[in-house]
Amino acid sequence: MSYYAGKYDIAVIGAGHAGCEAALAAARMGFKTLIFSITLECVANMPCNPHIGGSSKGHLVREIDALGGEMGKNIDKTLIQIKMLNTSKGPAVHSLRAQADRKRYQMEMKHTLEKQENLYLKQGEIVDIKLENGKIKAVETDMGAIYEVDSVILATGTYLKGKIFVGEYSCESGPDGVFPANKLSECLKKLGINIVRFKTGTPARINKKSIDFSKMELQEGDEDVPAFSFEDKLEKLNQEPCYLTYTNSKTHEIIRENLHRSPLYAGKIEGTGPRYCPSIEDKVVRFADKERHQIFVEPLGLDTDEMYIQGMSSSLPEDVQIAMYRTLPGLENCEFTRPAYAIEYDCIEPSQLKSSLEIKNIDGMFFAGQINGTSGYEEAAAQGIIAGINASLKLRGEEPVILDRSDAYIGVLIDDIVTKSTNEPYRMMTSRAEYRLLLRQDNADMRLTEIGHRVGLISEERYHKFLKKKEAIFKEIERLQNTIIKPTKEVNELLEKNGTSPLNGGIKLSELLKRTELTYKILQDIDKERQELPEEVIEEVEIMVKYEGYIKMQEAQVESFKKLERKILPKDIDYNDIKGIRIEGRQKLNKIRPYSIGQASRISGVSPADISVLLVYLEQRKYKKDEE
Amino acid sequence: MSTIVAISTAPGIGGIGIIRMSGKDCFKILNKIFKPINNSTEKGYTIKYGKIFDGEEIIDEVLVSYFLEPKSYTTENMCEINSHGGNIIMKKILDLCLKNGAELAEPGEFTKRAFLNGRIDLTQAEAVIDIINSKTDKEAEASVNQLEGNLSKKIKEIREDLIAGLADIEVTIDYPEYDEVEVTNNKIIKMLEKNENKLNKLEQAFTNGKILREGIKTAIIGRPNAGKSSLLNLLLNEERAIVTDVEGTTRDTIEEYITLDGIPFKVVDTAGIRETEDTVEKIGVKKAIEIANKSDLIIAIFDISKEINDEDKNILNILKNRNSIILLNKIDLNNYLINEELFKEYSENIIKISTKTQEGIEDLIQVMKKLTQTDEINVDGENIVINSRHKISVVKAKESLKKAIETLEAGMPIDVISIYIKEILEELGKITGESVTDDVISEIFAKFCLGK
Repeated sequence: MSYYAGKYDIAVIGAGHAGCEAALAAARMGFKTLIFSITLECVANMPCNPHIGGSSKGHLVREIDALGGEMGKNIDKTLIQIKMLNTSKGPAVHSLRAQADRKRYQMEMKHTLEKQENLYLKQGEIVDIKLENGKIKAVETDMGAIYEVDSVILATGTYLKGKIFVGEYSCESGPDGVFPANKLSECLKKLGINIVRFKTGTPARINKKSIDFSKMELQEGDEDVPAFSFEDKLEKLNQEPCYLTYTNSKTHEIIRENLHRSPLYAGKIEGTGPRYCPSIEDKVVRFADKERHQIFVEPLGLDTDEMYIQGMSSSLPEDVQIAMYRTLPGLENCEFTRPAYAIEYDCIEPSQLKSSLEIKNIDGMFFAGQINGTSGYEEAAAQGIIAGINASLKLRGEEPVILDRSDAYIGVLIDDIVTKSTNEPYRMMTSRAEYRLLLRQDNADMRLTEIGHRVGLISEERYHKFLKKKEAIFKEIERLQNTIIKPTKEVNELLEKNGTSPLNGGIKLSELLKRTELTYKILQDIDKERQELPEEVIEEVEIMVKYEGYIKMQEAQVESFKKLERKILPKDIDYNDIKGIRIEGRQKLNKIRPYSIGQASRISGVSPADISVLLVYLEQRKYKKDEE
Repeated sequence: MSTIVAISTAPGIGGIGIIRMSGKDCFKILNKIFKPINNSTEKGYTIKYGKIFDGEEIIDEVLVSYFLEPKSYTTENMCEINSHGGNIIMKKILDLCLKNGAELAEPGEFTKRAFLNGRIDLTQAEAVIDIINSKTDKEAEASVNQLEGNLSKKIKEIREDLIAGLADIEVTIDYPEYDEVEVTNNKIIKMLEKNENKLNKLEQAFTNGKILREGIKTAIIGRPNAGKSSLLNLLLNEERAIVTDVEGTTRDTIEEYITLDGIPFKVVDTAGIRETEDTVEKIGVKKAIEIANKSDLIIAIFDISKEINDEDKNILNILKNRNSIILLNKIDLNNYLINEELFKEYSENIIKISTKTQEGIEDLIQVMKKLTQTDEINVDGENIVINSRHKISVVKAKESLKKAIETLEAGMPIDVISIYIKEILEELGKITGESVTDDVISEIFAKFCLGK
């Protein structure tokens, strides 16, 4: 029996990291928004690692925050350890990483959803999506409630036809023992959407009291690091430590002896797993000559003694898992609270999406998160906010927000999946970003606040604060460029003390700051007119001055990149009509239907020759138009 | 499509030279300049004898071959004017065609048309596309063969090495918690130096072989704020170099490759030449003089609104007995504080320009072309251009490599170095057609053991 449950603007299916951001963005942009989850106990759940951020992922969180998203604020409220990674490797790759109190993270996010005006949080499984004339019309729950909506955002994570494996055992399940969503996949297939099957996995959780930490290396958090959100300041807290231990030849021996019992090696798992996050058995097989692997032990929260064992994900049978975990120093007597498992799930081939995250052939249907073949909470949230913004903008009748590869990591992520698709779960990495010196975590606000404000996710108050910060930065840079330091005794003494050559003549302060031996802080004593400035302004000034030459170089690269991005391919183009494109290129172009020549050039299977043919074709077309 | 024309035989002194024209107005244009003995209508696959006229003046006695659409190379109406070779005569005939409505063919445009009109098959198209892509010039079939051979093998070797090095850097950045690999500056420098040697050898091979001729090394010199960067920008037609009103913004030299009607120039914008106490800037100045001394052509730029000072005199002294052009800039200000007579003893070519209003730029380009137009550097030859594209990539890669080493030695963090390494790979990838990002990521996963 079904019933009419009312008219809303947007329905978000799934309340994980993508769903939460999407729903909050849509509701905050003024749309009456529904968000569904199979169980409300799993809102913003972290079924795998209990941390947020890390290399490039920390960048994503900051970008989400600069656009007006929630992830940064939520982790700031619930973190129990924080670190700034890569501090010695260059400013662009500094990355925040925090251990989360997993339960508090969930509660905090759930509460934020509940409090949000325009947002309706519902427990329920969506089993059908109804269209009318190729447009979204309604969604239906398993209990028969039909909600009329104009737009749908699918953020189903690993729940679609989820199936878990522990050795010979397998069962249909979502992560953490939650019911899978079995019906929605069929509905998507009927709508003509290509489904693929991916696999991922998670390690066991172990009770803290059964671990001997004295045999492990202590890994503590950092003091005095900034918050994830540009609006937050972290208070001093007692940080929880993590620990490091190693596998050994005994561990590897147990794994090798039991490989035949792994569903992966027995061929039971069909899904494709990620290269970057292999199970321990995968590592032992693929890197046979490696004597040991690092294993990190991380706390799940303050109100629990469960510990997460990073590096030991596995789909071996439970008894084998216990035996192999117990070979690790400190884990000799470990007690499992939950075993490691592999999980297989349905996701869509992301090349069916436009850069706005709307699917190409169905009006008003957006996709975000793991359903798009990505992995990671931050990757999911990043797509979530973009899908939320773009579904809303569409209802407003406005153009979507499309971040390009020079705007943000979010832009790199979305461009990669919609252009190249992905044949394994996609993880963000700094190495995927061509212009990473520009895409720093410290300047995410400079890059994106404007956009967040324009769409209505950044308040006036925050925007004005941002403009003030921006002004302060540019003013200070200008001052440094216009201040001449003379070769006085005091100056030269300071320089020599810091291991850099003394001056013979006057030099601009900005030039002095470029020397690797010097910092803004060191120059304090000889910079007489300096006014006190906020820490975040100083950081920005220092980076922009110190790395000016390199930043300019990247800006020049971006300029040439944008030239091809600006060559827009007409929507009505029929690639079959263009002579000279090779068959593979033609097929790919027809499938992906790139937005610009730039995007086309990144499609695998489209050769530089094909691109040139396209360029010629565009010229020819323009020429014909001019003639007409 | 428009009617296009070009000289299609290799320049130099030869018995005959051919000017080729294609397009719907081909015969209309031809008839305005060519008076054949036999005045019958055009037929395909025929040759007529007659004379080329510029008004009343006879330019040359020629044979013209006729091709009627679609039975021609481009499938359009085409003719080929067989003239008595020699640059001057051919140039004159070309100019006549242009004056009467033809357009100068872009690099490879005849082939491009043949291809667009379905005349050439896919494999042939591939080769053509390479040229169109190259943004420089002319027929490229040669390059394809070359790519299969030793060149690409050598370049692949270098790339593999660099990708392995880059993967080491990237993995420590993307997986900081893992102690998979230790990246030390020494290790990277060693790797870079090894490949610098390889690139040097490659460059040498290019230079020695007939296949490659370098772009004409052109230095732009002048005191700070005279307009060097603006000039370079104008030549490049894009805002790349930094232009500001503050003196001394061009600390390092900026180099760019431009092609003017098929002649490749490597233009170097030098740091302001002047005596300064600042050590870093001093190096820049020394470098500028050094660069000017090594250049094939020096463009010295002076600000007419400022009186000549010692710096200017230093600059002028460099010009003596050199292939040079003097630019008197900022004529838009109309504030002459210099005596033009003074410059005459230093260079034959004095041009007044305004980088702001762009007045005089065309003159400059004409003189640049004139000064470098020798039989050696030919506009239409097939090999040179294709190969110079490769060489440019090799040279650029080498320069990035040098900078990477310098940057490392200056103590910059590894992330910054990776920008240069990626640039090297990007340049070499242009020759072999491979992209950096995918390669590096595959390498990371293949080489290192990471993950949860």
